[in-house]
Amino acid sequence: MDMKRDYYEDVQFFTSGAITFWLSTLVIGLTLFPFVAKNYYVYVANYMAINVIVVIGLNLLVGYTGQISMGHAGFFAIGAYGTVALMTHAHFPFLLALPVAGLIAAGFGFLLGLPALRLEGPYLAIATLGFGITITQIIGKIKILGERQGLHAPELTIGPWHLNTDRDFYFLLIPITIFLAVLARNLVHTKVGRAFIAIRDADIAAETMGVNLTFYKTLAFAVSAFYAGVGGGLYAFVLRFIEPELFSLFMSVMFLTMAVVGGLGSMMGPIAGASLLALLDLQLRNILGIPYIGEWLEALSRNYFSITGVSNIQMIVFGSILIAIMLFEPLGIYGIWIRTKKYWKMWPY
Amino acid sequence: MAFFEVKNLSISFGGLKALDDISFEIKKGEIYAIIGPNGAGKTTLFNCINGIYKPNKGRILFKDRNIRGKKPDKVAKMGIARTFQNIELFNNMNAMENIMIGRHLHMATGLFRGAFLWGKNSFAGKEETSHRKKVEEIIDLLDLQSARNKFVGGLPYGTQKQIELARALALEPELLLLDEPCAGMNAEEKQDMIFWVKDIQDELGITILLIEHDMTMVMDISDRILALNFGKTITEGTPQEVQKHPEVLRAYLGEDDGECAA
Repeated sequence: MDMKRDYYEDVQFFTSGAITFWLSTLVIGLTLFPFVAKNYYVYVANYMAINVIVVIGLNLLVGYTGQISMGHAGFFAIGAYGTVALMTHAHFPFLLALPVAGLIAAGFGFLLGLPALRLEGPYLAIATLGFGITITQIIGKIKILGERQGLHAPELTIGPWHLNTDRDFYFLLIPITIFLAVLARNLVHTKVGRAFIAIRDADIAAETMGVNLTFYKTLAFAVSAFYAGVGGGLYAFVLRFIEPELFSLFMSVMFLTMAVVGGLGSMMGPIAGASLLALLDLQLRNILGIPYIGEWLEALSRNYFSITGVSNIQMIVFGSILIAIMLFEPLGIYGIWIRTKKYWKMWPY
Repeated sequence: MAFFEVKNLSISFGGLKALDDISFEIKKGEIYAIIGPNGAGKTTLFNCINGIYKPNKGRILFKDRNIRGKKPDKVAKMGIARTFQNIELFNNMNAMENIMIGRHLHMATGLFRGAFLWGKNSFAGKEETSHRKKVEEIIDLLDLQSARNKFVGGLPYGTQKQIELARALALEPELLLLDEPCAGMNAEEKQDMIFWVKDIQDELGITILLIEHDMTMVMDISDRILALNFGKTITEGTPQEVQKHPEVLRAYLGEDDGECAA
């Protein structure tokens, strides 16, 4: 069984027939999805995909390099504003504006990585949190970025292709998401990714093996910020309107939550975590529409939980789900997946 | 020109002089051991050589270049690798990947070539393959085949020590610092370790600087020994000379409290 034929097997993408099969099924499913789903659900899928992009990037930083960031909404905002501003003011085509805005975010990521060289754990969390809060305040003061009123995303055209609907955008967004996911996965399996993991597991040992901590820590911040920036640029076209208030501290915390719930330091974890929580975030608003249970929940939340009188039961359900996942599986969804896989391998024993 | 030389090295933490005016020289190809009771400053000396600590005074010359004050990764780049007293492995990687970190400085794949790992013939694909072959040679040398694909965190202590040694060897160093390679090992594992250390000296031609408490091992394999106590040099010389030195006996065997480290 364990015969090594070629070392490339250690790093190759399609490690087994089963994986090839499931990934192809996934791609086919994603292609067919917009043709069978209602428009609203295509929008939901777009929203999920954007979260997936950001959380993959965040996971490279938090899960693989072991640095924390509570300011990713800041990079997200830089990407969103950067893309829209480059298109409206500098007349960049979308496919150029998006990576350029991502690189601008990466530049800020590099700068934020510098204090990270001296800070760890909760101290780094506060520093990045400060960045996240500050950046939206600054954006809200810049005239060409629309100040407090925000910006409208321009018409999106790529060559002869006009992307007017969520469905059109879906076919642009999903390939970009898959592309970025594959890049991240490759990165993790080569020299740079190994250096990231080494820094997380034992930074002194990594340094004595020749890993330059300054370089790789700031690089992790920059790469992670790039993903957030690209996610932000795409998000501007899902919403078609951006304003500073969107990119709140709550958004940063959500990104971090998605990464943790999905499972830090794995590739499928953040994808699963971001998809699930983004879906819950949008869909729990419909919970009150369920016959009987919805009415009961609404009454419950009005009478017992709500401070303002507005129904807040979706937040309570959301929070309960988070607690449940963390309680039963600290490794997140990825941990559940590993356990299920093991169980089926051993079945029926 | 000396291969490796420490001159008048001193470091203090607050009022405590951890190392006080230490000087010694290592010739290319020899096994040089540092002995001394706990707290003598042996690991501190390693950390100074490595760049983890910044010495207050003195010089550390490697092939006539001063390495004092250089960062650990720069020291590694010059060809000095080390292992740790308390195992410092990357617990969430398997043995192969741990040792691959030792190849870090020999690999050229960066961010972009790494992310674009499209198949076996891409730059990153070729490089991964060729370096894994190198690592496999080291795995064969140290009999680590059974650990190759296992996460190192769950492996037995002795195996973890071996993987640390393998990782250091993967760097292809000219000078190898071993911090208590035999600590916590059983008799059989110790025999193996002694065998490998000699092998590394003979076949790979790597100069070894060694800290060890196990006197049989030290006396067996060292060419020369430096004895430290309370950050000061007691004596330096061949195993026979050091063994007979009255102060070494006193430091190790004690006079009145009967502490025994042999």
